Amino acid sequence: MDSEDEVNSVVSSVDVGMDDDDSSVDFGADSDVEIDDHYQDDAAFETQEKDLMPKKKAFEVDYRVYSPEDIQKQQDKQVAEVSTLLEQPHEITAILLRFGRWNKERLIEKYMDNQEEVLDKAGLGQDVYKSPPRIDPPRIFTCDICCEDGPHESFALKCGHRFCVTCYRQYLFQKIRGEGEAARIKCPGDGCNRVIDTKSLDLLVTSDLTDRYHELLMRTYVDDKENLKWCPAPNCVYAVECGVKKRDLNKVVPTVQCDCHHSFCFGCTLADHQPCPCSLVRRWLKKCEDDSETANWISANTKECPRCHSTIEKNGGCNHMTCRKCRHEFCWMCMGVWSEHGTSWYNCNRYEEKSGLDARDAQARSRQSLERYLHYYNRYANHEQSARLDKDIYHKTEKKMTLLQGASGMSWIEVQYLEEASRSLQQCRQTLKWTYAFAYYLARNNMTEIFEDNQKDLEMAVENLSEMFEKPTDQLAALKVEMMDKTTYCNRRRVILLDDTAKRLKDEQWEFNVELS
Amino acid sequence: MAANKRIMKELGDVNTNPPPGCKITTKDEDIYNWDVSMDGPDDSIYKGGKFTIAIVLPKEYPFKPPTLSFRTKIYHPNVTNDDRGAMCLGMLRAEEWKPPNKIADVLKLVRAVLSAPQPDDAVEAGIADQFKNDRKGFDKTAQDWVKKYAK
Ligand SMILES: [Zn+2]
Ligand SMILES: [Zn+2]
Ligand SMILES: [Zn+2]
Ligand SMILES: [Zn+2]
Ligand SMILES: [Zn+2]
Ligand SMILES: [Zn+2]
Repeated sequence: MDSEDEVNSVVSSVDVGMDDDDSSVDFGADSDVEIDDHYQDDAAFETQEKDLMPKKKAFEVDYRVYSPEDIQKQQDKQVAEVSTLLEQPHEITAILLRFGRWNKERLIEKYMDNQEEVLDKAGLGQDVYKSPPRIDPPRIFTCDICCEDGPHESFALKCGHRFCVTCYRQYLFQKIRGEGEAARIKCPGDGCNRVIDTKSLDLLVTSDLTDRYHELLMRTYVDDKENLKWCPAPNCVYAVECGVKKRDLNKVVPTVQCDCHHSFCFGCTLADHQPCPCSLVRRWLKKCEDDSETANWISANTKECPRCHSTIEKNGGCNHMTCRKCRHEFCWMCMGVWSEHGTSWYNCNRYEEKSGLDARDAQARSRQSLERYLHYYNRYANHEQSARLDKDIYHKTEKKMTLLQGASGMSWIEVQYLEEASRSLQQCRQTLKWTYAFAYYLARNNMTEIFEDNQKDLEMAVENLSEMFEKPTDQLAALKVEMMDKTTYCNRRRVILLDDTAKRLKDEQWEFNVELS
Repeated sequence: MAANKRIMKELGDVNTNPPPGCKITTKDEDIYNWDVSMDGPDDSIYKGGKFTIAIVLPKEYPFKPPTLSFRTKIYHPNVTNDDRGAMCLGMLRAEEWKPPNKIADVLKLVRAVLSAPQPDDAVEAGIADQFKNDRKGFDKTAQDWVKKYAK
């Protein structure tokens, strides 16, 4: 079927064979691209453009960026289409689609199957559009929310749960402003599941809430679609479409770039973390959070209790340690049980005692694992810090570019290589940073060396370029060609590393010392 | 204030007709903070215990649900085993709470959950596991805690 092909072509860099699980078909058939002629034209144009560009790399995925207007158009188009099919007005169809989380096919199927049930579940009893909703004139009744008797204006949906208009409005205010709910706000009646339709909302929602309400409706549309995500950059209003599914995330790191220039992972919406798969990123960040602050200090100043492994700080000169947690008494020097020491308090002469040997062994192992972590963490943190500094460098670069223009008589265009170098540095550092998290979880096999070589090459290229960047401005003009070469080289090394890593990730050639979850 | 009238009415109602096993007081005329003394339901392992429960009404009440915490330590899969003793169940969730719901309904729900814990909705996974797989052990600890803390 048509739509399936569409999706596969969208995810062409991901193994088509992965699409073997039936549960995906729903989403596949739901692709927005295929129903919209306008977008289809665009897609055709894109393919043309792509033919001229170098072939897509293994670490790249197809994606599209949408503006809020595009998204609104998509929504309207889908509503219009389904509206014709179901022979229901636009309003009702919109509610049904929101209720069905924008899964057109499933909704249509269910609707054809049992129209009454679907309407009922979506909070649209059959007679909802016979008479338009209205606010009823003041009368005396006890509103079950404010407990006032009135007379007050009131409102009730078809279910008949009547409340005073003040309470109704306050309820909507709480839902929309407080809870960010819009598409599926239910009747305030106790236990009532009827969804408040858009017409009623328009009648009740106060003007200061209307914008927020429509914004939320738009949000739910994107949130409901597996293949759409908001760009996580602050204040960015664009959404990105990408066909990579959750279950593919151990084989691909779907990295997209929004029109606002922010690069992020479509899988987890964190900033670009290639080549590290999402699950390892999650694990690594958690680990860093747990360990990093104390890890350095711990390795220098503390040992673990040989019995309960809680961390013990040595203060003062006495070697007789008592674990604060389990009260185990042991010797700081040899880690042996203190009772074996007899009265030789000040001089540990029990270095060969069995209990001490075992404990030292265990300690050494745990130290070793800490040291291993620190090895990778320090490099990761170093690049992270450098990348942060690079943000300043960007501003420095601009200054340098202006200075250089003045000193060398070069034009603005001619000094662009500095900006390119700076951008390349940032991007490569970002990649390098995550190679260390990746490497930390990498189990040794005959492929590991290739990875480490690639990593080393990129690292060297980055350091070389970085060094050059620090040269005084008056030398920069003379270094232009060399700097451009080094920039190109950096970019190439990055592509090589990412390409190779992504290919092997897809083919499951890497072995990890943890389970990819 | 509109909420005041509603809360006063609820307070009046629970005083003339308190939910089974419950005694309700408010501190220093502060109608947004309720103290409940609840007897463990007779058909539950908490029978014989007396539990103090604090109910806090948010300023948006009744449009936002009240929060509820056990001041008396209780061994129960739906109550956090910490100094908050928070219980979050069904109607107490923002998305399920409806403004006509009353605190008396909440207290009835609490009693129902004491009688029939809901391990699939647990906040304490360990206790829920034990409830499902080692009912004897669960009952014993729960009763021990009643003796220890809820007398
Ligand atoms: Zn009212
Ligand atoms: Zn209703
Ligand atoms: Zn963006
Ligand atoms: Zn990710
Ligand atoms: Zn210990
Ligand atoms: Zn010793």
